[in-house]
Amino acid sequence: MFNKIRKELKKNMDCYLMIMPFMVLFIIFTVIPVVMSVPVGFTDFNIVQKPEFIGFSNYTALFLSDKIFMKSLRITLIFAFFSGFISYVICFIIAWFIDSMPHRIGNFFTVIFYIPSMANVYSVWRIIFSGDMNGYINSLLISIGFITSPIQWLTDGRYILFTAVIVQMWLSLGAGFLAMRAGLRGIDHTMYEVGAVEGINNRFQELIYITIPSMKPHLMFAGVMQIVSSFTAGTVIQNIVGFPSTDYNAHTVMTHAYDYGWVRYEMGYASAICMILFLIMYTVNRIIEKISEKNAD
Amino acid sequence: MSGIVGRKKSGNLIIFIFLAISGIFMFFPVYLTIMMSVKPTEELFVFPPEIYTSQPTLKNFTEMFEAIRQNRVPFSRYVFNSLTVTVSVTFLQTVIISMAGFVLAKCQFAGRNLINRIIVVSLLYQSNVIYIMQYMVINKLGLIDNLSALILPSIASPVGLFLMKQSISQIPDSIIDSAKTDGAGLFRICWQIVIPNQKPALMTLIIFAFQSSWNMQSGAFIFHDEYKTLPTVINQISTTGLARAGISMAGAVFMLIPPAIIFTIAQSQIIETMTYSGIKN
Repeated sequence: MFNKIRKELKKNMDCYLMIMPFMVLFIIFTVIPVVMSVPVGFTDFNIVQKPEFIGFSNYTALFLSDKIFMKSLRITLIFAFFSGFISYVICFIIAWFIDSMPHRIGNFFTVIFYIPSMANVYSVWRIIFSGDMNGYINSLLISIGFITSPIQWLTDGRYILFTAVIVQMWLSLGAGFLAMRAGLRGIDHTMYEVGAVEGINNRFQELIYITIPSMKPHLMFAGVMQIVSSFTAGTVIQNIVGFPSTDYNAHTVMTHAYDYGWVRYEMGYASAICMILFLIMYTVNRIIEKISEKNAD
Repeated sequence: MSGIVGRKKSGNLIIFIFLAISGIFMFFPVYLTIMMSVKPTEELFVFPPEIYTSQPTLKNFTEMFEAIRQNRVPFSRYVFNSLTVTVSVTFLQTVIISMAGFVLAKCQFAGRNLINRIIVVSLLYQSNVIYIMQYMVINKLGLIDNLSALILPSIASPVGLFLMKQSISQIPDSIIDSAKTDGAGLFRICWQIVIPNQKPALMTLIIFAFQSSWNMQSGAFIFHDEYKTLPTVINQISTTGLARAGISMAGAVFMLIPPAIIFTIAQSQIIETMTYSGIKN
């Protein structure tokens, strides 16, 4: 056994040396904290006092008596659908369209679509959707005669989910979009010429037979990014529609975790919330992997 | 992509119009942010709200610097802190992740599959809760109130590694094998053959690293004002409310400039044709 390890080490010394700096930092700052947070989910822990083991109580409380949590699950799924799934499709269409533009115009559009992700410029949405007549949306709708009195986009329970979804979709193009751009750029363009010779004669066929298969790793990456960013949505929404939002109508699972973790200091409960969110994302990811493996055969 | 054989040009106009319309939706809020940062305060209360200003002013920016100066720490100190964090994270992350990504994509060694699986799982586990656990680890290491508390945890980014690994995995094995038979070591193969051909992914990695570290708030890891980062202070002074909206927008615009520059440079570095031509058999 010991000999085997030594042999392996000797054979692949270079590999281990090259991956070591990453692994050391990764284990200290990511693996250890994640592993530590799992048992915390089974405790009552308020940071100050010692955690007290309470078994599955946090989990049973979440599903049996926390109505707001159940609501936040529904809202998170809505976000995941729009800012995850729909946005992923739009991301791809835009990246693909940009790729067929001349170089300069393409670069210009890439900057335009990526700017919202570069810094925290989202606070302007509070002014765009502002509830008084000064809000840009209200002022526009009033001046074209669509409405007569301003709508409380940020505080009226009927509208805040809509407002939050719009803002989240605006933000969600980011990482996935760039990865898709990189993937499209990595495609060897002689492949299209070969394809044309072999009878591929329109863009749609090019897309199905050449483009998508050649950028599969990037598509997978973008997919994971989109799953993570849409399921963990919450911070930006909190800044736009306030915390907590009216009637909890834009209250996501992440907002719920924030509430228990950083407002009430109930770390055990917050850890349990995050664990459930993680399990949901993991399941979704596995399902998508399975589907794309099936399609590849 | 002009000049590809067998492709019709007629669709380009429709595509352009589609991109232009969605481009306006994406850019309008940014445009408004910039416009409001140079609007005189009185104009913020005008009805109907204007989307331009006839008297642009830099008053919001000077007020922002003024407000920061009241912290008794010079503005330049915050810029220095943020730059230190940004440059270290971006540089170290690019180097460390390039090597790790190459090894994970192209080398067979014991533990590789396990590591790959852990990376994907950890991608999904990003949350507020591990922040407190991270705090405990950093506290144990004695790094509180030290800029390395911001730098070290950000280097080993699973997102960046996953991106590099996915991209490098597309390089045909035959190229690496032939370099090996020529006697090149793994380290040389990585830096002289693989990474130079990974420009799109590499630039994407640099962009991610730069902007996430540039926008990093020092949060609970830093208590002393002189070690806080720029976004932390800008966030402090841009309280909500319309009266301070101008300052808040000025802060947002100021923070947007460096990532925008890096992004534009990185974009122009990627010359499309060079990517794979010649490498794929």
